[in-house]
Amino acid sequence: MSAQAQATSWKTVESGPPDPMKFLHPLAVKNYGRWKYHERPRPGVLKHVAKSGDALYTVRAGTTRQMTVDGIRRLCNLADRYSDGYLRFTVRNNVEFLISNPGNVDPLIGDLEAIGHPVGATGNSVSAIAHTQGWLHCDIPATDASGVVKSLMDELIDEFKREEMPNRVRLSTSCCEINCGGQNDLAVIIQHTRPPRINHDILNNICERPKVVARCPTAAIRPATVNGKPSLIVSEEKCICCGACFGACPAMEINHPEHSKLAVWVGGKHSNARSKPTNMKLAAFGLPNNPPRWPEVADVVKRILHAYKEGGHPWERLGEWVDRIGWKRFFEATGLPFTKWHIDNYRLARVSFNKSAHIRF
Amino acid sequence: MTPKSSTLENKKGAGQAKSNGGFLHETPLLDRLETGPWPSFITGFKELANRTHSTMLRGVLDQLEYSYETKTGYWKGGTVGVRGYGAGIIARFSVISNKFPEAAEFHTLRVQPAPGLHYTSKSLRDMCDVWEKHGSGVIALHGQSGDIMLQGITQAKTQECFDELNKLGWDLGGAGPTLRTSASCVGPARCEQACYDTLGVHHKLLTHFVDLTHRPSLPYKFKFKFSGCPNDCTNSIMRSDVAVIGTWRGDIDIDQAEVGKYVDQLGSDYIQNSVVALCPTKAIRLKGREIEIDNRDCVRCMHCINALTKALSPGGDRGVTILVGGKGHLKVGNMLGSMIVPFMKLETDEDLEKLVDFGTRMIEWWADNALDHERIGETIERVGMQAFLDGMGIEPTIDMVEAPRDNPFFKATY
Repeated sequence: MSAQAQATSWKTVESGPPDPMKFLHPLAVKNYGRWKYHERPRPGVLKHVAKSGDALYTVRAGTTRQMTVDGIRRLCNLADRYSDGYLRFTVRNNVEFLISNPGNVDPLIGDLEAIGHPVGATGNSVSAIAHTQGWLHCDIPATDASGVVKSLMDELIDEFKREEMPNRVRLSTSCCEINCGGQNDLAVIIQHTRPPRINHDILNNICERPKVVARCPTAAIRPATVNGKPSLIVSEEKCICCGACFGACPAMEINHPEHSKLAVWVGGKHSNARSKPTNMKLAAFGLPNNPPRWPEVADVVKRILHAYKEGGHPWERLGEWVDRIGWKRFFEATGLPFTKWHIDNYRLARVSFNKSAHIRF
Repeated sequence: MTPKSSTLENKKGAGQAKSNGGFLHETPLLDRLETGPWPSFITGFKELANRTHSTMLRGVLDQLEYSYETKTGYWKGGTVGVRGYGAGIIARFSVISNKFPEAAEFHTLRVQPAPGLHYTSKSLRDMCDVWEKHGSGVIALHGQSGDIMLQGITQAKTQECFDELNKLGWDLGGAGPTLRTSASCVGPARCEQACYDTLGVHHKLLTHFVDLTHRPSLPYKFKFKFSGCPNDCTNSIMRSDVAVIGTWRGDIDIDQAEVGKYVDQLGSDYIQNSVVALCPTKAIRLKGREIEIDNRDCVRCMHCINALTKALSPGGDRGVTILVGGKGHLKVGNMLGSMIVPFMKLETDEDLEKLVDFGTRMIEWWADNALDHERIGETIERVGMQAFLDGMGIEPTIDMVEAPRDNPFFKATY
């Protein structure tokens, strides 16, 4: 490869992740492991107090995640001006400035908002959306990711800046059924509705057939000769439209501009606080993949979050709220239809069916 | 695509280029996405392309606009790398480069950030300078595994760019069937609830296993994640093969004077309804202005500590709980990790060696037993938990299970 042909005298240092201590604010180094408590003076601001009495303020702001050197240099300018040159990022793509001088908090907030970074995402807010790559960069997406996030956050920005939800709300989007966005209070995920269309002309030239056969979780794929060429065929009855084969073989075309739909899942919970971590459950499906603003998805997301905000008790995560009121009232409160496709299939239905006489009328 | 100049009058925010100078092509759908109060990545891309006149970025915007028109993605993978490594560069070639030749190559360098995603402005600026020199200038902070993603470079420039980044102290992350870049919470750097040194353990463990990160030699991806307490801010139970979560034995520390202040400030009704009543095992009582905890019933869920951060904190005998086998949807649905190590200390170098040994033996067992493209959670599900425990030489304990079995058919040795 041409990269290897380049003459260079540099010998790679296989160092792995950098030593974190070099990047920590001096107050974080001084009080490492000796913090006492924290407070939230206002949305978007944390105040951590150490046993030594030192206080470290954090200002948190939303970003686009897909940033540029220009945008990052602007954040660096603010870090130099207000936070001794130290900043970090959260797993939800928010930037955080670590501040030793409390007098810098308000001016930094003003400057961040002036260049378009909303300040918030602390406490009981709707934080920024964890998301995947989508059409911008991924090789298997059925929708965009950054675009869905942008259009949703345009609708949710007020809840990002406030702390008015019953508990924190974590959202994600995913542009294929691998679901890189993960389990969250609410997730928007692609749902394929048709088995892959198979490009028999190129399949055997670009794919290892046994590998594709082995990739299928339901043994729906088998080798065949089609139009005189070695290829694969799919049993449409067995196929669950997961798209695993497409990752192994681009000729298994699972993505479809109309038949790849969006589904909304709710009640995933990472934390062990109160209840144990839980997987998400299906709330709505069959929503159109409708760029550039995805209004049908935004409508469902807002309906669910509105009902949760109205009905949730303090500290209840979205899934805990549903646990209390029951799924029947969840569907009533959100106006979403419960259909035969919301039940589990195969053996799993015997787990998720009501195995009691408990019922709400 | 007609290469006409687009108007950028709708652009908002400070620091934006004031005109496209005729450089960018029309992108009406992306322009609609740009509107609204949340910051737009399209605005950033346009600003950068207009300043640097990056034809790659112009082509990528054109192709993205076409994706929005046709609701179809147009990237394919391939093999692009740097000397000695088999992973870390994500190759992206346009499948419609005849239509968008400027977007023919748009590869990504996955770079491992410092644990906890901490930076100095200097470290970021230095990285930006190298990246602008060799690449598109687009950076995602961060990828879903936790990498810095430098997006948009040609194959020809990849080695030189990596060499300069490596001189600054950065190394590539994992991709494909490797040990992936890890994630850790902010930890003891800024959290009173961290029960172990998430940042230090992440740094040392990933450095120890660095060979597995750079050379694809595993059945599939393998991820560690490090959370300092059971709030699990890195979502390790669902998103990693090995979730290392801080916890403690013994009693929750209580500062009764601070409890009294909370009662005064929030009212005893709040403490009763939002702290005591929400304890999942009913281990707490409010007695006047004091709290009483039956620590034998406490399951270390964190709720009361979260609610009364000044008054309550994890007890002194701290360590970690380890869950194994979490993973995302494909191919069998989401799996949460299973409790495999209820408690171990993780303070000394010897403790860390035990974790390294545990990880090594687990990866070896998995590499010996997994099918291609199978996460360890799927392997355990296929061969059975008992086979995994036997393979690891682990004797199950009652802490590992929700309850004893209810299915009556088994063959114990008598």
